[in-house]
Amino acid sequence: MTMTKLITSGPSGSASTELGRRAHQRGYSRSRVGPLTYVAMTVISLIFVLPLLWMVLTTFKTESDARSIPIRVLPSEWTLRAYRVIFDDAANPVYTWLFNSLMVSVLHMLLTLAVASAAAYALARMQFAGRNLLFGVLIATLFVPGFIFFMPNYLTMSTLGWLDSYWALVVPGAAGAFGVFFLRQFFLSIPRELEESALIDGANSWTIFTRIVLPLSKPGLVTLAVLSFLGAWNDFIWPVFVLFSPNKMTLAPGLATLQGAYTTDYPVVMAGATVAAVPVLILYVVVQRYVIEGVANSGLKG
Amino acid sequence: MSRTGLRHHRPLTPYLFVAPYVVLLLAFVVGPAVFGVWMSLHNWDFMLPGKPWVGLQNYLDLLDSSSVIFHPFWNGMKNTFLFVLISVPFLVTIPLGLSLLLNQKFAGRTFFRAVVFTPFVLGVAVVGLLFGYLFDPEVGLINGILSGVGLPKVAWLTTQPQAWITIVVTTIWWTIGFNAVIFLAGLQGLPGELYEAAELDGAGRWARFRHVTVPGLRNIFLFVVTTTILASANLFGQPYILTRGGPGDSTTTAIMAMTNEGLRGFRMGTAAAMSYVLALALTFISIANFLIMRERKPS
Repeated sequence: MTMTKLITSGPSGSASTELGRRAHQRGYSRSRVGPLTYVAMTVISLIFVLPLLWMVLTTFKTESDARSIPIRVLPSEWTLRAYRVIFDDAANPVYTWLFNSLMVSVLHMLLTLAVASAAAYALARMQFAGRNLLFGVLIATLFVPGFIFFMPNYLTMSTLGWLDSYWALVVPGAAGAFGVFFLRQFFLSIPRELEESALIDGANSWTIFTRIVLPLSKPGLVTLAVLSFLGAWNDFIWPVFVLFSPNKMTLAPGLATLQGAYTTDYPVVMAGATVAAVPVLILYVVVQRYVIEGVANSGLKG
Repeated sequence: MSRTGLRHHRPLTPYLFVAPYVVLLLAFVVGPAVFGVWMSLHNWDFMLPGKPWVGLQNYLDLLDSSSVIFHPFWNGMKNTFLFVLISVPFLVTIPLGLSLLLNQKFAGRTFFRAVVFTPFVLGVAVVGLLFGYLFDPEVGLINGILSGVGLPKVAWLTTQPQAWITIVVTTIWWTIGFNAVIFLAGLQGLPGELYEAAELDGAGRWARFRHVTVPGLRNIFLFVVTTTILASANLFGQPYILTRGGPGDSTTTAIMAMTNEGLRGFRMGTAAAMSYVLALALTFISIANFLIMRERKPS
């Protein structure tokens, strides 16, 4: 918003708009795309896709195929050994980690949506003493690096008995300010008239919130849901330190221990990585529009 | 306050709406920020029965070259600073180039945009393990290709500066989609008329980039550079998985030094002090960054 103003204001602002309109009429185009663009994009895409393809291919190789020099692209014999190893080994219960990751990420997502949407609605639409203070604290937390909270929150987890438990992964992250800012922005764009007519019909704040505001904010809620799910699924440093029992772990810290246990057995390590990657890749394919929009918004409105 | 004059809500209602979030905020953000300062002023050792007050001693230890924490702390700070210095220019310029490419109108650009962003949805654990395999000195794909074209193998993870190169390359692959998407959103916010007008005035590609794109993206630049510096200063997962902080302690970062001290050595007072010194350093860098970028603004 301010950016657009910055550009269009000034003495030459209106003149250039006029020029632009004339240019548009004469059929000037903003950019002409040649075959070079497609070549560049194809090369770039391969850089992003090939490593992932290599990871998945490796999981179907024998250990010696994965270590063969010169490099062997396709397995000499396709095998599911790597998957059998990671799913059978009681010391590295990947099934349990997968389940734990799913549970933790879904619970974290639900908690974030619930607390952030309620707070965001009050901040967007209600006047109350302390509102500006709360808003100020929220803005301030955006500038404080997360590692400040590491030692004190570790002690809090220890006091609450949450070390080595899922609560340590589900709850503290829901205190982040991003979700509140993000949803507040959405709620502000809903016409007040809708709420006011519901008010006249005798609805209370809770009814307006759950029956009007939330349903109208579906894209925003989905975006925040996906971002908070991915955040919990991929969180690494915090679970590495607050979880220790092998059967309590989530995938991210679990994979790091898998690497230690199977230092040289790359098909097994890559199978673990694939199991962690495939669910989020599928999720991403389905909702990539929301993920990319959410990230883009974080840059423009942050 | 609704414009129709109807009372929008009962006086207590807003507090009920914000209460759950405020409880979390106090418990896990505001409280810890204050409590951390308190910890840093005590000898907060898990092994000690009491937690005696030591005043600024933990901070003084960080500055005292004869203390045991001096070397790990400043080694971590130096390595983190090095990583920020090497990685941030790549993490800003490559995504900017990508976004310019993706901002053109061509069939399939939504697909390419999604592909470029894909690695970022994978966590550092997956990316770290994958690149650990690709850069494996014996059997990795990179050295396989190198020896395939007759070049010698490189000890990517166990010598310097190769270990840093590996960590930086991994980070670039993993995160550039994020900044590219932010730049792209900024580019799409620029009014097309300006480009058309510049084109009419005979401005070439470079002149349009220099005089329309760069000034228009100033706020986005500031955001991207600041957030990238902050994210890079948090470096942990890549060296934790790829190099275990080695060779020697050459890729042990500030956060690793902090967690080693606090969560492995259980000296949480010094660890808390370290986190505040690092945060202070980052605050200075962010402010300096803001001032430098602002000065270039035409008045």
